[in-house]
Amino acid sequence: MKTEFSVRRYRGFYTLFYKELLRFYKVSLQTLLAPVVTTLLYLLVFSHALEEHVVVYERIAYTVFLVPGLVMMTIIQNAFANSSSSLIQSKVTGNIVFVLLAPLSHLEFFLAFVLAAVVRGLLVGLGVYLVATAFVAVPLHSLAIIVVFAILGSALLATLGVIAGIWAEKFDQLAGFQNFIIMPLTFLSGVFYSIHSLPPFWQALSHLNPFFYMIDGFRYGFFGVSDVHPGLSMFIVLFFFVFLSILTLSLVGRGWRLRN
Amino acid sequence: MTAAVSIAGLCKSFGDVRALEDIDLEIGQGEFFGLLGPNGAGKSTLINILAGLTRADRGCARIMGHDVRDDYRLARLCIGVVPQELVFDPFFTVREVLRIQSGYFGLGRENDTWIDELLHELRLADKADTNMRALSGGMKRRVLIAQALVHRPHVVVLDEPTAGVDVEIRNLLWRFIRRLHGEGHTIVLTTHYLEEAESMCQRIAILDRGRIVALDSKEALLASSLGRTQYVKITCASALREVPAGVRDRVRHCEGNTLELVLERGADSIVDILETLRNAGAEITDLHTERADLEDVFLELTYGRREAHED
Repeated sequence: MKTEFSVRRYRGFYTLFYKELLRFYKVSLQTLLAPVVTTLLYLLVFSHALEEHVVVYERIAYTVFLVPGLVMMTIIQNAFANSSSSLIQSKVTGNIVFVLLAPLSHLEFFLAFVLAAVVRGLLVGLGVYLVATAFVAVPLHSLAIIVVFAILGSALLATLGVIAGIWAEKFDQLAGFQNFIIMPLTFLSGVFYSIHSLPPFWQALSHLNPFFYMIDGFRYGFFGVSDVHPGLSMFIVLFFFVFLSILTLSLVGRGWRLRN
Repeated sequence: MTAAVSIAGLCKSFGDVRALEDIDLEIGQGEFFGLLGPNGAGKSTLINILAGLTRADRGCARIMGHDVRDDYRLARLCIGVVPQELVFDPFFTVREVLRIQSGYFGLGRENDTWIDELLHELRLADKADTNMRALSGGMKRRVLIAQALVHRPHVVVLDEPTAGVDVEIRNLLWRFIRRLHGEGHTIVLTTHYLEEAESMCQRIAILDRGRIVALDSKEALLASSLGRTQYVKITCASALREVPAGVRDRVRHCEGNTLELVLERGADSIVDILETLRNAGAEITDLHTERADLEDVFLELTYGRREAHED
């Protein structure tokens, strides 16, 4: 009886995870292909405009420098978009009720949304990487570090997406969260530059931005060069992920803005 | 035997509005139970608490002995709720929706036979591979019922299941729900169609402004003081000059040659009333009698009480 119950519990989690994957797969033109194309346009425009004018790391062309940052930006933006949009759509249309009526634990609810968002983030990131490397030769210093930062970064943003999706009661509020928090933190994280090229005040400010550590650590996996030690970056990203996960589990457990 | 639904001292407020006040209720296994009340009486809040969609401020609720808060996983395995609103997931087909809902409850492909049976019974088989967006309102309502039943719950809660559904489908739904009841499921029904509650429910609770104002078997409610009421409509050959004294205090309405009376069955005699009228010179040409039904009981216990309070 006990074994049967644990198998059934696992199925509940797996079903929600699968349903979230199916949800973005059914609109893959919008959720997978479009972000790849958008990011490649960034690469095209920035590399043509700045290739001759900007030197970030010695012996690394600006276009090559740009690729890992853009890949990570795509991963985290799509991870956030997936969990947040799924939750807000379900809340606005009311079909969140089907998940809330199910015998899923708070942890299963949280993990299913986060893992599906991580999968989407990684798929889009891989798409950008594969297309970009067809045109630009990007070195590979440590695949393990690249994978760890990609997973941690996407999981962190997916968790933020769950918080935003639960908090927002209309699409307008979610757009505010995305445009006034996620976008500025992403663009000021060093995707397009090294923070060493910034004045001291902005350098210090950048160190307060957790997104900076995701990008910097991820980039280290390609070049073996970074603005701060990758171990410190990994610790900070992991710390924020654990902190936000505990916060999210507490919100889900209390039924905040879900069970009212 | 463990009660199918057990509620004790349940309270819930939304800001200053007290949605539920100290509700105590027990519904036995296999009962067909009606939960009636005007809009805003607290029916949906009560159902939402049972389903775990809303948290109560005080008190406890159990489904088949499992606390909806402390033991929520087992409680939710035992209950299936048909929500009042027509909600659906626009990404999926009917079969996908049912398989997903089945999976949430830990059931895999082994449940496909039951899903097929639900589709057949609810006349959705030909729509199994249709996207939810393409369904009519009545079809969406039937999918909601199938979703609530997909894990074969002990307790089935139907919150206005026939709202906006045509007569044919309504009859189909009731046949199916009667079958489920016959198979031993406990049915909790809220409806605005009181004739449905009267024809199907064994026990009925009437909620008004967050309180249970009546809780009894259907027969007992109908046999209550209001249930003993009988309406009599008498048509005379010509207009009455004056209503005789023995009849006057029972008149509900008098217009032209028609007289409407409210009598108490057992206490008042129609024969005596007719005799009094004849003695007063009335030539009676038609007589129509009607007993009070659940709707009269409902109206008296809800709106009637309010008027009395306001007076």
